[in-house]
Amino acid sequence: MKRVYVNEKWCLGCRLCEYNCAFANTGERNMALALRNLEISPRIRIEEGSDICFAVSCRHCEEPLCVKGCITGALSIEDGIIMVDEDKCVSCYTCILSCPYGAVSPSEHGAVQKCELCVKNRSGAPACVAGCPNGAIVYEER
Amino acid sequence: MLKENLNGKEGQIRIPSGCAIAGLFSRSGKSVSGETIVNAMTVMHDRSNGLGGGFAGYGIYPQYKDLYALHVFYNNVSAKEECEKYIDKAFEVINLSRIPIRKTPRITDEPLIWRYFVAPHHNKLMDSQLDEDEYVVRAVIRINTSFDGSYVFSSGKNMGSFKAVGFPEDVGTFYRLDEYEGYCWTGHGRYPTNTPGWWGGAHPFSMLDYSIVHNGEISSYDANRRFIEMYGYKCTLLTDTEVITYIVDFLTRKQALTLTEVADIIAAPFWSTIESKPPKERERLTYLRNAFSSLLITGPFSILLGFSGGMMALNDRLKLRSMVVAEKGDMVYAASEEAAIRMMEPELDRIWSPMGGEPVIVTLEGGAEQCR
Amino acid sequence: MPVDFMYPEYEIARNDSRCIRCRVCERQCANEVHSYEESGNFMLSDESKCVNCHRCVSLCPTRALKIVKSDHCFKENANWNQAAIKEIYKQSGSGGVLLSSMGNPERYPVYWDKMLINASQVTNPSIDPLREPMETKVFLGKKPERIERGPDGSLRNNLTPQLELAMPVMFSAMSYGSISYNAHESLARASRELGIFYNTGEGGLHEDFYQYGENTIVQVASGRFGVHREYLEAGAAIEIKMGQGAKPGIGGHLPGEKIVGDISKTRMIPEGSDAISPAPHHDIYSIEDLRQLVFSLKEATQYKKPVIVKVAAVHNIAAIASGIARSGADIIAIDGFRGGTGAAPTRIRDNVGIPIELALASVDARLRDEGIRNNVSLVAGGSIRNSADVVKAIALGADAVYIATGALLALGCHLCRSCQSGKCNWGIATQRPELVKRLNPDMGFRRLVNLLTAWNHEIKELMGGMGINSIEALKGNRLMLRGTGLNENELGILGISHAGE
Ligand code: SF4
Ligand code: SF4
Ligand code: SF4
Ligand code: SF4
Repeated sequence: MKRVYVNEKWCLGCRLCEYNCAFANTGERNMALALRNLEISPRIRIEEGSDICFAVSCRHCEEPLCVKGCITGALSIEDGIIMVDEDKCVSCYTCILSCPYGAVSPSEHGAVQKCELCVKNRSGAPACVAGCPNGAIVYEER
Repeated sequence: MLKENLNGKEGQIRIPSGCAIAGLFSRSGKSVSGETIVNAMTVMHDRSNGLGGGFAGYGIYPQYKDLYALHVFYNNVSAKEECEKYIDKAFEVINLSRIPIRKTPRITDEPLIWRYFVAPHHNKLMDSQLDEDEYVVRAVIRINTSFDGSYVFSSGKNMGSFKAVGFPEDVGTFYRLDEYEGYCWTGHGRYPTNTPGWWGGAHPFSMLDYSIVHNGEISSYDANRRFIEMYGYKCTLLTDTEVITYIVDFLTRKQALTLTEVADIIAAPFWSTIESKPPKERERLTYLRNAFSSLLITGPFSILLGFSGGMMALNDRLKLRSMVVAEKGDMVYAASEEAAIRMMEPELDRIWSPMGGEPVIVTLEGGAEQCR
Repeated sequence: MPVDFMYPEYEIARNDSRCIRCRVCERQCANEVHSYEESGNFMLSDESKCVNCHRCVSLCPTRALKIVKSDHCFKENANWNQAAIKEIYKQSGSGGVLLSSMGNPERYPVYWDKMLINASQVTNPSIDPLREPMETKVFLGKKPERIERGPDGSLRNNLTPQLELAMPVMFSAMSYGSISYNAHESLARASRELGIFYNTGEGGLHEDFYQYGENTIVQVASGRFGVHREYLEAGAAIEIKMGQGAKPGIGGHLPGEKIVGDISKTRMIPEGSDAISPAPHHDIYSIEDLRQLVFSLKEATQYKKPVIVKVAAVHNIAAIASGIARSGADIIAIDGFRGGTGAAPTRIRDNVGIPIELALASVDARLRDEGIRNNVSLVAGGSIRNSADVVKAIALGADAVYIATGALLALGCHLCRSCQSGKCNWGIATQRPELVKRLNPDMGFRRLVNLLTAWNHEIKELMGGMGINSIEALKGNRLMLRGTGLNENELGILGISHAGE
């Protein structure tokens, strides 16, 4: 299965991935309209240390702790992708606590949000990868 | 009309032209009348436009076979006197005469056309420290570049070129080629794309016993010309034939390469073909292509190269010009069109189209007189 | 002093209705032009520091940025133009030599743009490169004067060492130090992929790149930095750098700040010390000395590698080249006055040397006149900008060309001409790790390969149009060129006719 992989050696910490992620998931057509005056809450986050930085997003684990822990069945595996069913989520945040990568976060509308590889939005394929200027995140089969 | 009244024509600008060529060769050295080649050219009338035709015959001067036969165009009597003084100084003239012609209304404005059978002056030759051939080449280049109104258009032994402005069949009649016999003949009809007013510009182009008739327009011309001029040649006519002749002379006479090797240089196989050869052959072909890279000829050409005791037919590597070759008994024929060959010999043993870049080389049985 | 105040040359035009305060521009500008003002939630810019490199512009996700030339002006003066006035202020303030980088940007004629290429019509067929083989392979090196045969009559391979190029373009010298590790890696990998060569410049060869030796030209310059036996043996050819088009007649200076870590190791000089290459080679004060260096290098490498001599195009270049062609060198590289540099005194860059087109044409003609063109191959450099320039250079007589600025552009360089600052925002002319990182060689090498692959296609198209199916038939084929708007003298030097003739 194709996944998003990180080449931390080439990550510049520019954070374009965060903004591209946020934009892709707004469903808007124009980034300026979508994100102006908005505090973004992207599903990919840049972790920065002294001289290293890299993007973190859902790994789409083969044995996902979040899915195991979900009390309502809001999280499920579809074709290898871990998906959220917003209608079923009761915002208990068990998954947020159980994900070892911190890849699940609360969303503005109550339910949790996480990277779904852009399959549900217009982008169709990870927008973070498409917009990364330095090949620091890639979407590929390994 | 000769050089000084060209008014910006031949020799000052490059004139592309299309053409017809034909050749015949007797491996046994049998004498064939010049009429045969003239007839072959007649059927390809449409491939020429009356602005140049010519022939070369080998074995035609058996009585003077060890002497250089200089064929010279003169503009007028004073040019002739001037040039003859030089010829007398450089050579021993054994025989001289006008080249016999037959007047025809279709060939006009002819210059004075003379023939000299000569040998280099022994002492002059010694002083020059050149070999005989090189001595003759330099004398010919000297006349053609610095004697206004004089032009040597043939300079080999036991061979001769005959050319004029006109259709080839008329040129044949004009020079009375039916009265000559040789073991090899080549012919040429020219279709230049503007009006060369000059007889010297017709083909064959010859240098010593090499003569070339050529159909095509080579795109590598200036690359070839600027390279070959480094070696003492002067391309005064700006024609493809001239530069090809010099290239052949340089490679065979000065570099002592064989004709097959010459073909591997001027119509070199593609690198992809070379890659597919066995290692030794690959190295040989790569060497030739690299060492003589500036002599690769590109663009369409089909040429017939005549030399003492042999003839080579060669096409460009893409075969962008037509050429057929045929055999009958000891005879070998080549021409732009099969019709011309059938004219010379209706019943053939074999007829084929050689591949681009693949030379057909024929020599007299028992070897060429000068096997190079 | 208030006289020194200069209004910034560029202004940052930020379209506030588009700006989403992502601060990407702030993070990406090493010149610290952009900043975020928390209290008012807006972006500030200090345009006085901007060098117009377009890094921020290229990365701004909403296209909210552009850099515009300031319309602040001096009183119109065709003689004392803005640049002339500002340079006086700068120098009277600093007392120093003005420094610049990249190639001469002034308005001298670009002869490439005054030459047009021929195509076949009717009398001669053009050739379709998609259907017929079209060859661009060249060999560089001396050609034998005569052939030799073995006892069995077969040809003996008496060629001296040659460089085989899949296409007639190479990357010219840029040292590790003047450009980054990642830039070098991109060039090296692209050369291997393309079957061509890149050039170490005078900074030595990083040990990681010995693996690309077969596609490497190692340079020996007047400072001899990084030169040792394994280095000479590592490359496919050795280049003696006598001069550089951007700064003929002067040496090089890589400031101590750039001599860090691996660079100091590769150059074999202590960290932090300035790397100063003298103006001349102090063992070459004349042509016979050059001959000795050529042969000592050949001796040191058992006559297995061709030696290139690189010179800047200066007034009497034809005579100089003729001397080099007799010095035992196998290849002459001529660098025109528009050639780039990591740093050069502005006055020299902008006023010394001659155009490569004229230099190349006169060198090729001179070597032919003297019958020694076959002694050497000619490589022309100094602002070859596209495939048409390549074709024109070859038709004038070059065997191949060198490109450098074009290659850097492919890697992201935006010609802001501030390489000397060491703060290249594109990760090319810098050694700061956070900036070097911006050039991912996986992407850089691919872009170089793309560029030259595209050029090679175009070269083939142009050749096909001329009815030429092999590059060697184009070399020196000046009949394929015509001039426009050139005077008799220029046409004479270029050895071409005017269009319409
Ligand atoms: S866009 Fe790419 S380079 Fe920029 S922070 Fe994200 S992963 Fe790193
Ligand atoms: S959210 Fe976390 S635990 Fe769940 S699949 Fe993604 S990385 Fe694995
Ligand atoms: S220096 Fe470059 S990155 Fe910085 S503001 Fe100017 S153009 Fe943008
Ligand atoms: S990169 Fe563009 S959108 Fe982001 S802060 Fe800068 S100007 Fe605004």
